[in-house]
Order: sequence, then C-alpha cells, then structure tokens
Amino acid sequence: MKTSAFAYYRAHSVDEALRLHAVAGENARWLAGGQSLMAALNFRLDEPSALIDVSRIDALRGVTLAGPTVRIGAMTRHVEVASDPIIAAHLPLIHQAMPHVAHPAIRNRGTFGGSVALADPAAEMPACVLALGGTMELVGPNGVRRVAADDFFLGSYETALQPGELLAAVHLPVPAQGARHGFAELARRNGDYAMAGLCLMLAGGSARVVFFGLSDRPVRARAAEAAIEAGAAPRDVAALATEGLAVFGDLNAAEPTKRHYAAVLLRRELERLTGHKDHAA
Amino acid sequence: MSGLITITLRLNGEDVTATVPARESLVDFLRERMGLTGAHVGCAHGVCGACTVRVDGQSVRGCLTLAAQVDGAEVETVEGLSDTGAIADLQEAFHRHNALQCGYCTPGMLVTVAELLDQGGPVPTRAAIREHISGNYCRCTGYQAVVDAVHEVATTRAAQRGEPA
Repeated sequence: MKTSAFAYYRAHSVDEALRLHAVAGENARWLAGGQSLMAALNFRLDEPSALIDVSRIDALRGVTLAGPTVRIGAMTRHVEVASDPIIAAHLPLIHQAMPHVAHPAIRNRGTFGGSVALADPAAEMPACVLALGGTMELVGPNGVRRVAADDFFLGSYETALQPGELLAAVHLPVPAQGARHGFAELARRNGDYAMAGLCLMLAGGSARVVFFGLSDRPVRARAAEAAIEAGAAPRDVAALATEGLAVFGDLNAAEPTKRHYAAVLLRRELERLTGHKDHAA
Repeated sequence: MSGLITITLRLNGEDVTATVPARESLVDFLRERMGLTGAHVGCAHGVCGACTVRVDGQSVRGCLTLAAQVDGAEVETVEGLSDTGAIADLQEAFHRHNALQCGYCTPGMLVTVAELLDQGGPVPTRAAIREHISGNYCRCTGYQAVVDAVHEVATTRAAQRGEPA
C-alpha cells in the first residue's frame, strides 16, 4: 500500500522543528530515520497531516563523552553508534546489542533516538537504555526536561513524551570500573524482532536485569535483580526471571514459552558472567 | 515545502531535479518517474529487501525512504552499478552459480552484497555473508548459491588486493 497524503517539512534546528510542529498541529509526526514510521504509514496504521524531518539537525547527531556520561544525539544513526569508539569502549552493552537491530540497510537509516522514542516492546535499544539507567533529554515548547528511563517507557509504543515534544538525546552513565554486561536474544532469523531478549548489567553489588520482547515495554526483572544482589546461584535467579512480570504471548511464542526463554537466557548469561555452573540441569 | 517537494540529487552520476509529492517513496520515484525499474517493490514495509538502493554510498530501503529525504544526496541503483561495471564480477558469479531463478530479489541482493564486498578486509565467512543478506528474501532458489557466488567474488577480490585467503 501507499501512505496517505501529508505535508513534509525539513527542520534545520531544534527551534525550527518545534515551531514547525506548533504550526502543523498535533497530527504531525517527527520523521527521524523513518525505518518504522514509513512502514506504519505504508500500511496506513497512521495517517498524519504532516511529517517534520528532524534527521538533518546537526545538534541532534553524534556521540560525546562528558565526564562519567555518554550523550548519544537522538538522530545518530544505528550504523554510526555501532562503529563509534566511545560506545565500544564505555558502553559495550550497546556495542554488542547493535548487530541485532534489524538488517544492515535498516541500520544505515534508522536512528538511536527514533528507536528509543518509538518504544517498540521488542526493540533492543530501549532495553539497553533501561538496563544502563539512562536519562532522556526532551525538548518541547516549554523548554528542556529530563526523564529517567525507569519513568520513560510507559507501555506499548507509549512513552513520557508529550505531544510536540522531541527526544533530543539520551544520556547514559558510564558503568563503574569492573562492571560486567550480558546481552542475549532469541529470534527466528537474524534481524527479526526478539521472541525474548535480555540486557544484564552487574556493577559492584548491584544488578539490573531487563527483558524485552516479553511484555508491553522493556521491563526490569526486580525479583531476579534482588536475588542476584543477595548472591543466589544462577539457576535460582533464573527461576525468578519473570516473577511478577506481565508477559504477553504473540505470533512467535506463547506466554509460557516466553517465560521459559527468559529464564534460559538469564541463566546462561549469569553462568557465563560468573563462571558459576550448576551440574545436571 | 508542503504537499509537493522539489528535490535535486545525483542519480547514477547524473544531476536530476524533480518535483514530487511529499508522500512518494524513493523506490516509487525511481521506478515511476525515472524509469529505473531495477529496484522492486516487494513488501513495502522494509522486510524483503527487493527495493534496496544506495544513498550516499550506503544500502537503504527504497520503500522506507521518501524521495523528499534524498534531496542533496547521491543515489545509485542497480542500473548505475551495472553501467559502471562496479559489480560486473558479482553479476557474472550470480549467473554462473545459478544464484537466481525469477530474479525479483536479485537487484536488491546485488546492491546489498556490493556494500559488504566494498568493506574490504578479510574474506567474510559464509555465516557473515548470510548475516549480511538476512534482510533480503529470495523465495525461489534459497541462499546456498547466492552465498557461493558472494564468497567466490570476495575471495577473488581479496586475492587481487593481496589479502590472505
């Protein structure tokens, strides 16, 4: 199918983007890399009055390291994040996850911020941001505000972004020295959305366990985090993998299957990271 | 700027200016206005890869890119890559290995593979080749012969560059 008709505006600065959005009204959409939006428009799942192309705003692009924080401009393309030396050195979780994001041609156009702002429940980058304890920098008609990842992802494709607000950047704290990370996902083919995916951060005595592809958003597995922090063995942590979490089956896997996958992924990654292996599973 | 957009781009080495509806996809622009029908419209939602073309040297989905977005860009299609001879060895290898049957996916496959081969470096493993073409569907022959052809060209090109096999 083809999209419905819309107007197209290209913004060259954040101020211009906000002005254009104010004029175009609430039925306008931000156009970043377009790798999810254009598919939705081709299916007429959405029929916006206007697209405001923000992908060429230089201030929204690039990866910078400032003290203990990495800032990823929202319009930085996946392919750029994948090869960025700051990301490779300081945020290896994202570096490891990036090849799992769709296919090369999609990563050439798709943006980091576009993926985070879309908040697809099965996408890798929102889960990484949640596992790393990132903070979103949002700009809107009333100025700039910051929202922690724990408060940003609200539901299926639903975030704390208000109408007319734009995700400008994601700020990610560099994990402490000696921190370890795990990433794993199960998909039927390379580049498919995950049937179940895991981002894991172990730093000092604390743990962050995030699953994606299970629920209506990336979710922290608080019971598993507490068990890790209490020193439980991987198999005992894995038994709590989806404790208290709402898990939804889909075309790829039923709910109990997804819970099983989540437990397997968590146990594998914990055993790999801790060198702890129980015999006889 | 609104419902109609005037764009200027470099298309297969020629400067082109056109006025297009804002909603027109890059692949529709190429096929319907420019007469370049090599890139195909398969699924129209970024899954099949038949519409793959190059924008500023990178492979992209023609169905998930608006013509309006390539204003100022350099666009190359399979026709352009064919005319320059840039992928002649790859096309010859596809032919010899029977790496196509109906040919619907082939232009997208060639553009995608050309990007991998242009990266240089050591010869990619068969697994790496499969990973790279994972976003290009073939519904006729399967991927074995495609991987054979790509691996052969990668090996030949690496030898020409003096890379170890």
